[in-house]
Amino acid sequence: MTLAFQTMNAIPHGPDYVSILPEIVLSIFGLIIMMLDPVMDERRSQRTLGGVALIGGILAMAATIFQGHYLSHTGVASLAAFWNMVQIDAFSIFFHFVVAAVTILVILASYEYMEVQQIRAGEYYGLLLFGAVGMDLMSSAVELVLIFVALEISSIATYILAGFRRRSAISAESSVKYFLLGSFATSFFLYGVALMFGATGSTSISTIGEALSQFELGHGPMLAYVGVALMFVGLGFKVAAAPFHIWTPDVYEGAPSPVVAFMSTAPKAAVFAVLLRIMFQGHVPGRVWLIWVVAALSMTIGNIAALVQDNVKRLLAYSSIAHAGYLLVAFAVWPSADAKNGIAAAMFYTASYAVMNVGAFAVVGHFASQGERYVTIEDYAGLGKRSPVLAAVFTTFLLSLIGIPAFGGFFAKFYVFSAALQQNLVGLVIIGVINSAIAAYYYLRIIVVMYMREPREEIPVAPIPVGLGFALGLSLAATIYLGVLPNRVLEYASRSVELLR
Amino acid sequence: MNWLDQNILTLVTFIPAAGGVLLMLAPRRDREIRWFALLVSFIAFIASLHLPAHFHRDHAGFQFEQNVPWISSPNIHYHMGMDGISMWLVVLTTFLTPLCVLISWTSIHERVKEFFILLLVLESALLGVFVALDLFLFYFFWEATLIPMALLIGMFGHGRRVYAAVKFFLYTMIASVFMLAGILWLYAKTGSFDFVVLQNQIHSGGIPDFAGASFWLFLGFFIAFAVKVPLFPFHTWLPDAHVEAPTAGSVLLAGVLLKMGTYGMLRFNLGLFPEQARANAGWIGVLALIGIVYGALVAMVQPNMKKLIAYSSISHLGFVVLGIFSFTQAGLNGAMFIMLAHGVATGGLFMLAGILYERRHTYEISEFGGLATPMPAYARFFLVVVLASVGLPLLNGFIGEFLVLSGAFQAKMWWGIVGATGVIWSACYLLWMYQRVFFGQVKHDVKNSLPDLNLREKTALWPAVVMALAMGVAPMLWLNGIDPAVKNVLSPSTEKNISLAGEGARATQALASKVVGQ
Repeated sequence: MTLAFQTMNAIPHGPDYVSILPEIVLSIFGLIIMMLDPVMDERRSQRTLGGVALIGGILAMAATIFQGHYLSHTGVASLAAFWNMVQIDAFSIFFHFVVAAVTILVILASYEYMEVQQIRAGEYYGLLLFGAVGMDLMSSAVELVLIFVALEISSIATYILAGFRRRSAISAESSVKYFLLGSFATSFFLYGVALMFGATGSTSISTIGEALSQFELGHGPMLAYVGVALMFVGLGFKVAAAPFHIWTPDVYEGAPSPVVAFMSTAPKAAVFAVLLRIMFQGHVPGRVWLIWVVAALSMTIGNIAALVQDNVKRLLAYSSIAHAGYLLVAFAVWPSADAKNGIAAAMFYTASYAVMNVGAFAVVGHFASQGERYVTIEDYAGLGKRSPVLAAVFTTFLLSLIGIPAFGGFFAKFYVFSAALQQNLVGLVIIGVINSAIAAYYYLRIIVVMYMREPREEIPVAPIPVGLGFALGLSLAATIYLGVLPNRVLEYASRSVELLR
Repeated sequence: MNWLDQNILTLVTFIPAAGGVLLMLAPRRDREIRWFALLVSFIAFIASLHLPAHFHRDHAGFQFEQNVPWISSPNIHYHMGMDGISMWLVVLTTFLTPLCVLISWTSIHERVKEFFILLLVLESALLGVFVALDLFLFYFFWEATLIPMALLIGMFGHGRRVYAAVKFFLYTMIASVFMLAGILWLYAKTGSFDFVVLQNQIHSGGIPDFAGASFWLFLGFFIAFAVKVPLFPFHTWLPDAHVEAPTAGSVLLAGVLLKMGTYGMLRFNLGLFPEQARANAGWIGVLALIGIVYGALVAMVQPNMKKLIAYSSISHLGFVVLGIFSFTQAGLNGAMFIMLAHGVATGGLFMLAGILYERRHTYEISEFGGLATPMPAYARFFLVVVLASVGLPLLNGFIGEFLVLSGAFQAKMWWGIVGATGVIWSACYLLWMYQRVFFGQVKHDVKNSLPDLNLREKTALWPAVVMALAMGVAPMLWLNGIDPAVKNVLSPSTEKNISLAGEGARATQALASKVVGQ
């Protein structure tokens, strides 16, 4: 923080604004929506505001792409701005892209959902965009206090979004629970930041890195360890890693499905970006066994608990805990020369998990119909007969979540496990592989019910509306693209890791 | 090399899948869909005939190779190629699929489109398994066979289909995870998935830590394959899957899917880990023998026709494993030959059982009796196929069993003795079943009115019967392609073994000419 204050007098100039361009775009559109909402007719506002939000999301993605071009045009690897609080590099652009993509997909998937659920749209889309601002900022911030602020921006947006089905008690419960536990967790993070400042005299990640790199790995000041551990608790909560996962099933069950699609993917990606930056760029004394344990616990608890779920949303909630565990396997690779493979693997994982999970929740949200009535596995009986397209799409996402080749989920797991194997983390990989096998069972259960049980006639399946169709089509295409031609994405991830150093 | 030779494997592999994709877009007009599926599978068969026609039989290595980088990290290549071992399995697959389409013509009347899409996609995946030379690509196709097969069983099967489908899926999926672990280990140490590259590196001893890990690697691959075969004691999924599967599913399951396991043993267990394969041959041979005898004995007491055939598959596949792990030229040739013969004969048996099921909706043997009177043509076809399966000389079952047993005798005397009893058992249970179904009293009147085979069913059965006879009369047409490849599998160990293999080859030639001479 001291560094930042020294130069605080300087006026931000052009490139500074480029570095937060997607955030600016998203904020402007969020504000437009908030202003339009009160002046519009309640019935017609739904679609208009959705459209505005969609444009905002697309422009944010365009801004992200522009940032990439700007970097390659000026020939610099990274662009530090706002007194070294924000840094744009290939790494943050990758996560900006993921967040923007998720935002667009969720807006598309919410388009008709809001009407079916009879939810007033106004603040909903605004909050989605504001949440995305926080997540974008998290992935580009290189200063712990700013990261905290960004974390709060994104968290507060999602706390409110989780309670958006106002007529439903479980949605309110979900919101309150998420809020209480979430603020508790962020305070852990803040405490960790404070301790880190005490240990190193700075909150800038690169300065922390310089300060800590004097020590041999694992022999730094005790305070720094405690600080990292506390930060890890806060971030672990956000990604729903065991043992900080208790909130997940209840919150996911109560929150509206598109919101779950959003908060199970985009904030996770952003938090993992933060975690990667802190650990990797901050040269933070890593306690690998800590991550080892958390990864193993998340995988095992998530998968075993998912086995006995009857509610599809709860099942996917536990599955997301498990997936956080797989992802953390990549973190256990740190610190070593091969860490960059692990980080690239983790980045690939966030991207492919984002597309397949958004897709899966989009299907769940559509099928649940008004008031999210149909959410148990039994409700899906015979879907393969009544709506072959919806069933086939859902099957694809589930197969990808299992990790069947030709879908993104396979390569995600593959990269993570092979990075871990290169580091001889054989035990963790074995736990992971056994877990993947267990996981196959509960995903398959849904597929089996969809195709092999007799349909229950009383459940109507609405035809797939346009917005949702686009959302499903895009996430399907992305899932298959990542599964068949993972090259470009992985290469981009590896390159961005190189530059991170 | 011309364009066709270079791309033929890709063409053959993906023609069915392309047909499946086209079907997805097609409207639901069942009649046209059936004809289209038949056409596509037939085109694939014709295309696959290019392989034996232009195959260099004296050449032991891989042919029709295609090697293009696919994904740079991890280093995955689109590497296709085949030798004498895989060639006939490819042709067997393309041969059986049109028959499957024909046999499902009327028995599948709901969700016809989905059925044929799944069937065609399954065919592509099966073909891919046999021609993929990149371990990753192989694993991809290997897993890709699971989904359509499980869906075929689960969506179109009988009674306890869901249970059978899930059991099938979980068994094979969990087992193949061990293989994946092995593949990843190899990749982590060598940076390559390429079968040929890996084989060379292993033989030159260039992989660090290989000596310590090789047993576990061998075991990882072996478990995945043993479940697929299925080798005793991993066989329990098979009877369930077969009984509940629709006819076409059973035909492909017995005819081709099981051979994925034995093919994998031959290609990967022997190809990559020859020392370990030899060191472990003892207990594997014993498991195979248990499979032969146990499968046969259980088959004998089955009241359900399909279950009986399923257990007979376990017994026959035991012969294949025995042949492979006898490490003799004759044994390996015989194992390959049984794979093909079993595909044709058991495929035929399942088709025949399916035809009966269409008429009476049961597989219970006690429900039948005296069928030879109302259905004479059916009885004749059934007899030929049963005899082929039993191993009557001049039909295809005999050659393979003969070669395997002679190989087993060379390896260990008592293996041959115990194995030979399997031949007797198979005669017992199959002929006894034939007797109970076709002879004796016609108890229920309904049986008198059973219609005999129609033209479509005859069209489906004739190729199988002709093939059973052709393979029995002229086995060398098949064996001369298999033999060099088998020799190649056996040779890379030691000098002594090469010379032994040479003797074996002469012995095989002598045996084969004796067989043909009969």
